[in-house]
Amino acid sequence: MVWSFISRTRGRDRFDVTDWLTWGYLIFGIALMFGPVLWVAMSSFKTEAALSEYPPSFLPLAPQTAMVKGYDKPLPLYEITGGEHKGEVLAQIRRIGLNAQMVDPQNPGERINVKIGDRTPKREFAMAWGNYTKLFQRFDFMRYFWNSVFITVVATIITVIFNSMAAFALAKYKFRGRTTVFVLIIATLMIPPTINLVPIYLVVNELGLVNTPWGVIWPAVATPTGVFLLRQYMLTIPDDLLDAARMDHASEWRVYWRIVLPLAAPAIAVLVIFSVMWRWNEFLWPLIVLTRSEEFTLQLALNAFQGDLQTSWSGILAMTVLTLLPITIVFALLQKNITAGIAQSGVK
Amino acid sequence: MAVVELQNLVKDYAGFRAIHGVDLTIDDGEFCVFVGPSGCGKSTLLRMIAGLESITGGELRIDGTRVNEQRAAERGLAMVFQTYALYPHMTVRENLAFGLENIKTPKDEIKKRVDDAARMLQIEEHLTRRPKQLSGGQRQRVAIGRAVVREPKVFLFDEPLSNLDAELRVVMRGEISQLHRRLGNTMIYVTHDQVEAMTMADKIVVLKAGLIQQVGSPLDLYNRPANQFVAGFIGSPRMNFMQMTVAEIRNDAILLKDDEGRSFEAAVSPEGVAAGDTVTVGVRPEHLEIGTERGRPVTVETIEQLGGESYLYCQDQSGRPITVHLSGQTRIKAGEEAKVFLPAEAVHVFKEDGAALERLRIGEAA
Repeated sequence: MVWSFISRTRGRDRFDVTDWLTWGYLIFGIALMFGPVLWVAMSSFKTEAALSEYPPSFLPLAPQTAMVKGYDKPLPLYEITGGEHKGEVLAQIRRIGLNAQMVDPQNPGERINVKIGDRTPKREFAMAWGNYTKLFQRFDFMRYFWNSVFITVVATIITVIFNSMAAFALAKYKFRGRTTVFVLIIATLMIPPTINLVPIYLVVNELGLVNTPWGVIWPAVATPTGVFLLRQYMLTIPDDLLDAARMDHASEWRVYWRIVLPLAAPAIAVLVIFSVMWRWNEFLWPLIVLTRSEEFTLQLALNAFQGDLQTSWSGILAMTVLTLLPITIVFALLQKNITAGIAQSGVK
Repeated sequence: MAVVELQNLVKDYAGFRAIHGVDLTIDDGEFCVFVGPSGCGKSTLLRMIAGLESITGGELRIDGTRVNEQRAAERGLAMVFQTYALYPHMTVRENLAFGLENIKTPKDEIKKRVDDAARMLQIEEHLTRRPKQLSGGQRQRVAIGRAVVREPKVFLFDEPLSNLDAELRVVMRGEISQLHRRLGNTMIYVTHDQVEAMTMADKIVVLKAGLIQQVGSPLDLYNRPANQFVAGFIGSPRMNFMQMTVAEIRNDAILLKDDEGRSFEAAVSPEGVAAGDTVTVGVRPEHLEIGTERGRPVTVETIEQLGGESYLYCQDQSGRPITVHLSGQTRIKAGEEAKVFLPAEAVHVFKEDGAALERLRIGEAA
């Protein structure tokens, strides 16, 4: 079934021009979009040394080593490319000037001198899990992860509640100035966030929220996009349903909670995805509000890897992958709702 | 047990009056139907009674208590909507139970009442389904069930049958009437379909442009329409209307003359008209006699033979359309000439302002 779908061609049995174009275009798109992500994922398993190597390799490779009798430490293996031992694999004991003292692992008694230009390191596929374990051992990854999760989850819950209540009022109640309020909310979309930065910081500072997660959460919960999205969707919920609930002794709160909210679920799912992505990936605002490293979110911690003098690329890459994971999972689980929610809130 | 009283009820929308002072009393246990063309305010009036629409002026009393300011939920009424308005995300059982949960009815009581209502409406096997999985008629039953479980003082129906097909409509019409007989509650029913009104109502209220035209039992409205609008609205097919002049006033009748100079008698009270006045004469299609001997010459344009009854669409010499309804079948064919006779007892006469003259010999016709 799936295969016959995938292998369907426009030409009857052969590949048509349009098939080539389509496949080419799609493969190009996949490479363009997934290439960098894959590169990051692969690189996160490379050692610091392998990362700075030129030319870079796609797969994480590490120098192959072997235990040789008579030596305490494992010795790195080299393939000999020239000289009398060409083609053999030897272990290096030490380097002396332009020569390397080497030994055949099968015959540990004999020492061989090889020019360093005549050998290349033998490498094998190896995952440097150390990049990841280091994050948990030497670096307080779990704290930053928890900070990020706390801010994302709490901000998203509050966003959904606030935005849906505003949207409910704007969609279903008739009051003077309703259109004005709605237009004002939409109009705030046109104000660039950088302009708000200073005034919001002053307010947050006055409220004593600097260096607390709430300083990141509160300014973000009222989103015009969310209000707009939910309002447009709620307009499609028939008024008769609300009237029926009112006849059924439901208070306005219950109408909202039991009727409107469940029926707006597709739009709410979209808002949840957006909100999670916004909060999780947010960088500028947390950077301003959170200055103590215990309060850092993952994005800020990621930034902290990049020091003035040196940058720990292996750490950055491993952490980037870990930071990407949760959002990818949320997106994968809810993506079906995005199309449904956006498509439906667009009509009517 | 509820009496609903409307006293000079008024509804204004921005710059326009939808309901112009309605006075009406609906007795306990009565089946009252609001009927009228679309836009006449019948639904608005129902929603005002329900509490879904605010009341601009006048007073609404239920069992003698003023309820103008009470919210919909507090009035103790239940409503069945035209669109059914079933909660799509709840099962049928949850739909039925929602209202009871809101007034904190004990769980076992809810279960008992929902089961009773489901049994009565024959929707027991659908209790776990969602509204989307039901047919139109089943949804309609659930909507009625939702009203029934609450045991309301008054049932309100807002054109509940208009989304059903013709056959199902007849069935549901019977079921609602049966429900009324069984429960004995006061019911208010809005429809634009005069057949529904005639078949179900104890009392019909005919509305037009926010004003009550006439209140009465179905046969009252049929036999003694108060004005030309009611006469035209009640009865199917529509009553035939013709302009005529009053020729002579007699004791128990008036003599009318038409444009062609033919004169004939109408058994109506002459009160309020004088010789020479222009009046509108109305005769129901089923009261006309068609033949070859007496009456107005007409041309038969179209014939609808339904087997048990026949409709003849004719035109008289001045081009006025005249509809004739015959029971049984007819030999007359389209295109033929015939004569239509207006029996004196069957004629309705309306003054120039539309008000009817009292008919004196009802029931003697045909």
